[in-house]
Amino acid sequence: MAQLAVYIHWPYCLNKCPYCDFNSHVAETIDHAVWQRSYGREIAYWADRIGPANVTSVFFGGGTPSLMAPDSVAACLQAVASAWDLADDAEITLEANPTSVETGKLAAFRAAGVNRLSLGVQALNGAALNFLGRQHDVAETRVAIETAAQLFDHWSMDLIYARPDQTVADWISELEDALTYEPEHISAYQLTIEKGTPFFADHRAGVFELPEEEAGAAFYDETNARLQDAGLARYEISNYARPGAESQHNLAYWFARDYVGIGPGAHGRLMLNGAVRATRQIAAPAGWLDAVQRDGHGTQEEAMLDVLQLRDEVAMMGLRLSTGIDKAAFAARVGIPFERAFSQTRLLSLQAEGLLAIDAHSARATAQGLVRLNSLLVYLLSR
Amino acid sequence: MTDPTLIRNFAIVAHIDHGKSTLADRLIEVCGGLSEREMKSQVLDSMELERERGITIKAQTVRLAYKARDGLTYQLNLMDTPGHVDFTYEVSRSLSACEGSILLVDASQGVEAQTLANAYLAIEAGHEVVPVLNKIDLPAAEPQRIKAQIEEVVGIAAEDALEISAKTGEGVAEVLETLVEKLPAPVGDRTKPLQALLVDSWYDSYLGVVTLVRVREGVLRPGQKILMMAAGRSYKVDQVGVFTPARENVDELGPGEVGFLTASIKTVADCQVGDTVTDDGNPTQSALDGFKPSVPVVFCSLFPADAADYEDLRESLAKLRLNDSSFVFEPENSQALGVGFRCGFLGLLHMEIVQERLDREFDLNLIATAPSVVYRLHMRNGSLLELHNPSDYPDVMKIASIEEPWIKASIMVPDQYLGAILSLCTERRGEQVELTYVGNRAMVIYRLPLNEVVFDFYDRLKSVSSGYASLDYELDGFRESDLVKVTILVNAEPIDALSLIVHESSAEPRGRAMCQRLKDLVPRQLFKIAIQAAIGGKVIARETVGAMRKDVTAKCYGGDATRKRKLLDKQKKGKKRMRQFGNVEIPQSAFISALKMSED
Ligand SMILES: Nc1nc2c(ncn2[C@@H]2O[C@H](COP(=O)(O)OP(=O)(O)OP(=O)(O)O)[C@@H](O)[C@H]2O)c(=O)[nH]1
Ligand SMILES: C[S@@+](CC[C@H](N)C(=O)[O-])C[C@H]1O[C@@H](n2cnc3c(N)ncnc32)[C@H](O)[C@@H]1O
Ligand code: SF4
Ligand SMILES: [Mg+2]
Repeated sequence: MAQLAVYIHWPYCLNKCPYCDFNSHVAETIDHAVWQRSYGREIAYWADRIGPANVTSVFFGGGTPSLMAPDSVAACLQAVASAWDLADDAEITLEANPTSVETGKLAAFRAAGVNRLSLGVQALNGAALNFLGRQHDVAETRVAIETAAQLFDHWSMDLIYARPDQTVADWISELEDALTYEPEHISAYQLTIEKGTPFFADHRAGVFELPEEEAGAAFYDETNARLQDAGLARYEISNYARPGAESQHNLAYWFARDYVGIGPGAHGRLMLNGAVRATRQIAAPAGWLDAVQRDGHGTQEEAMLDVLQLRDEVAMMGLRLSTGIDKAAFAARVGIPFERAFSQTRLLSLQAEGLLAIDAHSARATAQGLVRLNSLLVYLLSR
Repeated sequence: MTDPTLIRNFAIVAHIDHGKSTLADRLIEVCGGLSEREMKSQVLDSMELERERGITIKAQTVRLAYKARDGLTYQLNLMDTPGHVDFTYEVSRSLSACEGSILLVDASQGVEAQTLANAYLAIEAGHEVVPVLNKIDLPAAEPQRIKAQIEEVVGIAAEDALEISAKTGEGVAEVLETLVEKLPAPVGDRTKPLQALLVDSWYDSYLGVVTLVRVREGVLRPGQKILMMAAGRSYKVDQVGVFTPARENVDELGPGEVGFLTASIKTVADCQVGDTVTDDGNPTQSALDGFKPSVPVVFCSLFPADAADYEDLRESLAKLRLNDSSFVFEPENSQALGVGFRCGFLGLLHMEIVQERLDREFDLNLIATAPSVVYRLHMRNGSLLELHNPSDYPDVMKIASIEEPWIKASIMVPDQYLGAILSLCTERRGEQVELTYVGNRAMVIYRLPLNEVVFDFYDRLKSVSSGYASLDYELDGFRESDLVKVTILVNAEPIDALSLIVHESSAEPRGRAMCQRLKDLVPRQLFKIAIQAAIGGKVIARETVGAMRKDVTAKCYGGDATRKRKLLDKQKKGKKRMRQFGNVEIPQSAFISALKMSED
């Protein structure tokens, strides 16, 4: 039976962080019953469209899903289980922010069926949390981490580095601090300035400065080295895990497997009747609710991807992984063999420059290739 | 029609900035050619570029009616000419339409290089030359000393030269009287077949092609069927008229008169300056002498920044050429810059002006390569190759010897700057021919390779003399020389548009400078980039642009796939503006900047 990853988007946050360009909104009141029902209806809609499948993972992302009512989480999981086959050992992740209120709900989330927690720590430094506009201080954050570690067999923390005025040494000691909690998984992101965010305007106006390319590279190299030492291997550009503790759900994205997107602004990739479709749900929470009420689903767009688009996506996602692209999986997904999908001269020159390693079964970016992946992709994929 | 005895045709010639256009203003004013409201300074400098730079580029003709002290009204045809050495060709053409010249000399600066050059042109044209001292309102004016200088240096009588201020108008009335008295009237027979000299032509968006003529014999009228003798094309005349300076139609132009005609001429090539215009049904037996064709000495290539503008560029060049017959162009194809044109000019200022006019009047965004000169290549097989473009340089093994053009330059300079000028000329491989003094001013004559002059010589001359040195030059034949072609390579691939032909002695510094410039301009990318300068197979300079260190998106999950793919598509499209050199792609803008900087 076909495998399926399920993403469920919760669009609300306590406050909008100035660097964030996710589909997240701040609301006065939330009618949890309505949300619970709507998720259920949209899951049922997709169950109809997709047919039987083995659900390998469910991911509650946001926004801030730790603001959901735990019984909504439980209801969603029930809906998923009745729509498809949901194995007992399927990975069920929920993103949580480390404020004290949310920490108080962690046990209830576990009871609802969540078996992996992704904690948005971001920093272990008061000034940095403040700069990032976060609603939790360092002490609260530490309590949240400890609670997560106690309650969950599997948990991860998100960190943001290369912040203004942060030195590599500052960052490494912050990372050491995080490692004392012995996480099995860390997502460490270099701070990215996204268009349309308050940080974008501030940065352009010179309110703060970020490390240049060279310094950014030093941050990254040090991060890799330190986490490697701690037994957390880099399996994706910004993701590190003890072997076996990789996020199964996120791997589904990078392996370019099928995933269904539920909730406002959620994206999906589904192979239906032999063609891969890109789906996108209505982003505005109210708009999505209305559509689900009316039509049973809130799909904004469903588009077929042509061979080139598919090839680009599979390469773009797959080359982020340390293991790279599996050639057989590539051919099955894209419809043409790996070798025929790219310019031979470009593949050869990327290999000659030591940026790409290709063997009989796979193609992966080398460490040198990974840090330059954007330009590598433009070079590889343009005519 | 005016009786030829009541006509006076004259040009105003001078060194740059000695006040020709300002004197023209005063003459127009005194004769009432323009009302006070219409008058502005240097009114004949009508091009935006002329007004901005305060120089005359195009010669202009004005007909004035002057009531002289003898009670008769004379028709004066005045030609204001440019003073810069690059526009000498404009001056010569204007002179051929007149019988006399005013030689205007700034009474404080005295005789400068172009004073001399233009005075000789007027004398050669058989003109009566009337010396006039201008700017006597300036405290530094020394009319007596300058008169002596004119006599000594130019060799014409100047004792009675008028002393005027074109600015205040002082003495201007006397100028008009003197013109009527001293200049010969034109001669010509109105009963003979039409014989007129095509002096100039230009494109007017309203009138189409406008042609300026000087009638020698016969009469030109609207409706007449005319023949352009050299071009062999005939047209029916639409309008005949003059500039006062406003355009005014007239019934006819007779012998001695200067004016314009329009004839629905579509092909710009049919209006070559110097051609003879005659009556198609009753043609003259003798074509006029015409003009020596102008010889372009400086070349560069022009490419449209946007390849889609290529056809526009071709058309604009053709229109501009109608207005300026002294520049030439032919199609060219470059790997780095796409399709464009190789163009020849009379000098650097001329080149600059043409580029700016294309930019402004035709709204074209252009890329220009570094200026170069014409080389003569004697090939081992005995043939002679004229090389206009370094990128056409043949295999060195096939070349027996190379000759480069030399010039004879006359430089006038106050003696305290002489030392600096001499060392500049020596540094540029110059050979001194003559050094003379007039008072505390030195005049040096040097022979110099033109190649050394097109590369910033004029600017250096001005800067080492605090702006006081003036330069005139003429071509002085070709000489054999140790020239080499320096090729610039990016990842071992030559970039045609950046190659240079230079003297062996400056190959290395020039090659190195270009590599360094490119290094700063080429953005770091996926692969490291080797930039080299080479003579044949021998590398003489090299720089490396390191590969970029980090360029990767930190975060990319399921929801980002579409957005990131679209971004990728955009970047792929951006690549189309890039030029591919082996593995690397270089933005065209980097080449453009490298070329711009090499002009400095
Ligand atoms: N003080 C003073 N300045 C003058 C006089 N005549 C001209 N000028 C100034 O000298 C400068 C050059 O005058 P133009 O009339 O443009 O000189 P030009 O000879 O036409 O210059 P080109 O056409 O570029 O060769 C202007 O700034 C004039 O105002 C004069 O009699 N006295
Ligand atoms: C879906 S987001 C938000 C999850 C949760 N709401 C939170 O804020 O903790 C997941 C992670 O992306 C990272 N992230 C978001 N915006 C980023 C940015 N502009 N630069 C770098 N990392 C970013 C943060 O580490 C964040 O925890
Ligand atoms: S809490 Fe998370 S999703 Fe919400 S605004 Fe902040 S970073 Fe974005
Ligand atoms: Mg002038």
